Amino acid sequence: MPKCPECAYGLSFAETPRLSEIVECADCHSELEVITLNPMVLALAPEVEEDWGE
Amino acid sequence: MRLAVLASRVRLDEKRVFAALDRRAVGYEYVDTRVTWSVLSGGTPRWDVVLNREIGYARAVHAAWALEAEGSRVVNSAIATEVCGDKWRTSIALREASVPVPRTALALTPQAALDALEVLGYPAVVKPLVGSWGRLVTLLPDRATAEAVLEHVAALPGPQSHVVYLQEFVPKADRDIRVLVVGGEALGAVSRYGDQWRTNVARGARAQRCELGPALAKLALTAAGAVGAGIAGVDLVEAPDGRLLVLEVNHGVEFSGFQEAMGTRTDVADRIVDYVLAVES
Repeated sequence: MPKCPECAYGLSFAETPRLSEIVECADCHSELEVITLNPMVLALAPEVEEDWGE
Repeated sequence: MRLAVLASRVRLDEKRVFAALDRRAVGYEYVDTRVTWSVLSGGTPRWDVVLNREIGYARAVHAAWALEAEGSRVVNSAIATEVCGDKWRTSIALREASVPVPRTALALTPQAALDALEVLGYPAVVKPLVGSWGRLVTLLPDRATAEAVLEHVAALPGPQSHVVYLQEFVPKADRDIRVLVVGGEALGAVSRYGDQWRTNVARGARAQRCELGPALAKLALTAAGAVGAGIAGVDLVEAPDGRLLVLEVNHGVEFSGFQEAMGTRTDVADRIVDYVLAVES
């Protein structure tokens, strides 16, 4: 079970996330990015950059 | 066909595209822009078609140029991405296609912007030349506010920040309109309602389906065509006199809010996949 890098909460998912998908920690609500799938490792998602978005 | 989907951040939009590709058993490679690089070698392109879903403008536009240089067909094209991402170039392209837009001015320094505003009049809106989600878009009700805001603009780092894009303020009820265009077809229209004058969904505005009449559809198609975007989110506003004005054309369109508002009337991801597959053939 992957752990939130911020609060160490063990996350579970109804569907396996994709690589680079952004998920939210159910406990501390940090925005996390899936950086590897096997094993699944989560990292804090990158901060929004100035030129992001449509 | 060797297809790549380019993205650094896999959001619900990208997941919908992946799911649409999977449903049709179309092979593709997910490519993380953050680890992508390109050498000018003249060799065989890695991919025939690249769907560019990169969220950051700088990476999106340079990835598109690099991959086109390799020989890939990139959707949207590099030039469309570059034009859409630059509000002034978008304004020029729209004007050349006779698309109605708010009165617009470009000032090359914050000081010149004050002079331009005397001609444009108040209230006006100052927008970053490159930017999105309504960030730093500021309403200027009068000269005193403009002087203060432009002083802040002058203090921003980087010369590009000091090039000032100005537009007349178009009073609108409480909404603007987004039309999504894919492959020369307007898929539908949503109104975006907000509690503030900026009605970006990214700023908490709510999307609700609205009627896509022939005039609205034609205007959106003309706007998308003007900037050369096969996939585009065209933002419009209705002026008090009833005229529809195009505010901007988005190249990396975020469509989850649109999709929810449209329900089962259309499947945007499916239409994007249709378009991408047709591009190659």
